Amino acid sequence: MRLAALTRILRYGWVALLAALLAACHQDMYNQPKVQTYDPSSFFADGRGSRPNVPGTVAVGAAQTDEYLYTGLVDGVEGDVMPFAVSRELLERGQQQYNIWCAVCHGESGYGQSMVAQRGGIVPANFHQERLREAPIGHYFNVITNGVYRGDPANGGYQSMYSYASRINAEDRWAIAAYIRALQLSQNATLDDVPPENRASVGP
Amino acid sequence: MGQIFPRNANMLAWLSIFAGLLLAVELTLILAVYFRSNYFRQINVAIEQPVPFSHQLHNSTLGIDCRYCHVSANQSAFANIPATETCMTCHSQIATNSPRLALVRESYATGQPIEWVKVHRVPDFVYFNHSIHVNKGIGCSNCHGQVNQMPVVWQTQAFYMGWCLNCHRNPEQYVRPRDEVYNMDYVAPANQLELGAQLVREYGIMSPDQLTNCWVCHR
Repeated sequence: MRLAALTRILRYGWVALLAALLAACHQDMYNQPKVQTYDPSSFFADGRGSRPNVPGTVAVGAAQTDEYLYTGLVDGVEGDVMPFAVSRELLERGQQQYNIWCAVCHGESGYGQSMVAQRGGIVPANFHQERLREAPIGHYFNVITNGVYRGDPANGGYQSMYSYASRINAEDRWAIAAYIRALQLSQNATLDDVPPENRASVGP
Repeated sequence: MGQIFPRNANMLAWLSIFAGLLLAVELTLILAVYFRSNYFRQINVAIEQPVPFSHQLHNSTLGIDCRYCHVSANQSAFANIPATETCMTCHSQIATNSPRLALVRESYATGQPIEWVKVHRVPDFVYFNHSIHVNKGIGCSNCHGQVNQMPVVWQTQAFYMGWCLNCHRNPEQYVRPRDEVYNMDYVAPANQLELGAQLVREYGIMSPDQLTNCWVCHR
């Protein structure tokens, strides 16, 4: 009796084996029931997995305690000092960030000439004009942070430059401002601005 | 009544058993090849998007840097798709009436995101961190191919574990200088192995022993 049962198990065991093999073909580990970046979610009414900040809350590390660092304004007026020390590394960071964000329209040397400008529709400012050369450094930070309006948007005007505050962090915005200043100096420099020991290496 | 089967039917029976086994093995192999094929994985197949955005135009022709839109590629585990605001930064003034951009304007007006179609994906059990690869000298084109020449994006490389491991075992064959990471036309120099080995040391890239540990990609 027991032997007969064993034979039967052996004889039909492959069915169970096949069933187990086929049952293993599923995608649970590939598609786990967790929300990853940009995943939709049926849990929330708007269908998005990524949630906006809860109103009235501040994310960890996002508290803006230093007013000048985050606005570039002193009592509502654009300041003319950097909120932290300028070093060679900072200017290089500014150059890298400038070439990513600003050169697209303003051009790598800041004359407002670029492929985008050439194609029309956008008229980027030339950083080497008198008005901007005399503008305080806080002006650049303020513009990157808030953008530029041509006229009143409620009255036929439009925003000619969007705010970059959500894309570039405050330290990098200052670095860009410092680099723009360096660009302005470079385009209006004379031989006297070059240290005497390096003058020989400057072309005519 | 004579016998139904002739004597050589024995041979046929044996042959059909072997043929059946062979068929089973073949089917398994064919399925295995099929599921690993570029056809099944949709490699080199251009993926239509709701908005016909061209990387070729924006990156190659206009010279917009990768990071202008993919801000978090070097900052976060996930390389972002740009917000509609990024598109509108230019397109509030350029091609403002283009019907191709209707979805973008609608998204900006309503706040509803554009539902882009994901092209490059890894399974959920892979904890891939985008920023560490970019910051340790793996270029965009190492994995994504020359996206700067694609009017519509397609995947150029199937993301198999074996493919990942190839680089984790031999990082010196692929690592480039950090300032060449976003150069989409980068060609590895003749002394790549020498340069790669030097960069691996300089950037503090883990040893292949560590890089091929399970926990590096799976948690």
